[in-house]
Amino acid sequence: MITGTPKPIEEILEMLEPYDNIIVAGCHGCVTVCRVGGEKEVQVLASTLRLAREAAGRTITIREVSLERQCDPEYIEQMRPYVGDYQAVLSIACGAGIQFLAEKFTTTPLLPGINTGFLGVTVRQGEWSERCQGCGDCVLHLTGGICPVTRCAKSLFHGPCGGSVQGICEVDKEVKCGWQLIIDRLKALGQMENYGKLKPYKGWNSSRDGGPRRIIREDMI
Amino acid sequence: MLPCTGRIDESLLLKAFENGADGVMVIGCLEGDCHYVSGNIRARARVERVYAILERIKIGPNRIRMYNLSAGEGSKFAAFANEFVDQIREIGPSPINLVRAGNQGVTEKEAT
Repeated sequence: MITGTPKPIEEILEMLEPYDNIIVAGCHGCVTVCRVGGEKEVQVLASTLRLAREAAGRTITIREVSLERQCDPEYIEQMRPYVGDYQAVLSIACGAGIQFLAEKFTTTPLLPGINTGFLGVTVRQGEWSERCQGCGDCVLHLTGGICPVTRCAKSLFHGPCGGSVQGICEVDKEVKCGWQLIIDRLKALGQMENYGKLKPYKGWNSSRDGGPRRIIREDMI
Repeated sequence: MLPCTGRIDESLLLKAFENGADGVMVIGCLEGDCHYVSGNIRARARVERVYAILERIKIGPNRIRMYNLSAGEGSKFAAFANEFVDQIREIGPSPINLVRAGNQGVTEKEAT
């Protein structure tokens, strides 16, 4: 899922300084699962903002909305009939959702209520960890299901570097060396021959280096 | 009426303050004795989160508190309720109520 963390309430209040009549928009997708931008978080944030603003002597009117997804146009269109009645939309969806709202509602300012994080997994309740950087050229079949792009701090492709000490990465004592994990896993699977099958170099042309990417599925258009 | 404090969520607690509460006490069953296993533990975490929110937006700390009681502890309930009411009286009205009282005063003045 796409993860995120709430922005500090002080930062949001500063963003909202020019406005007295806004929409707080959540999303039922990834941000609901990681408890940062769903229906409940919309209610809590809206209440918090109303209380903070009233305590400061200036009330704010908030419409609370939760869309099925903010990254699909059909759900965004549900807001169109009333979005013009508000001065701004504070979205607590991921950065993709916020930008898509901004693209669709060109005359309404869109404000981010969260900081979007990474593509990750729920390690346990309240803890998420990055697993994929969307490089566009997956090699997990050769690396025991552990991604060298994400799990290695340097995104190396040819084994651990000199900063790997007893399975721990030099960047952080809490971070396991991705390549140590890969080798341990390949050994356990009896697939160490895969270690030699990696490409001599990683092509990054399918990654972010070529600017914003797009996928066109002719069979679906 | 709630069947269990586990049904309480943060927005419900914040709504009480929006509706003019100066303080909110949440009373759950004794920890380890929840009919729904962990409802009161969940409630405590939510109360703590709302406590932090209220502190952050300057409504003030100590306006929300969780107590744990068994249904048979009537006198303890009364003691806790008195303790919490005293605590809130000492802190004074919520800033929300002070602002509302001020606005009401201004409105009455304008009317005269």
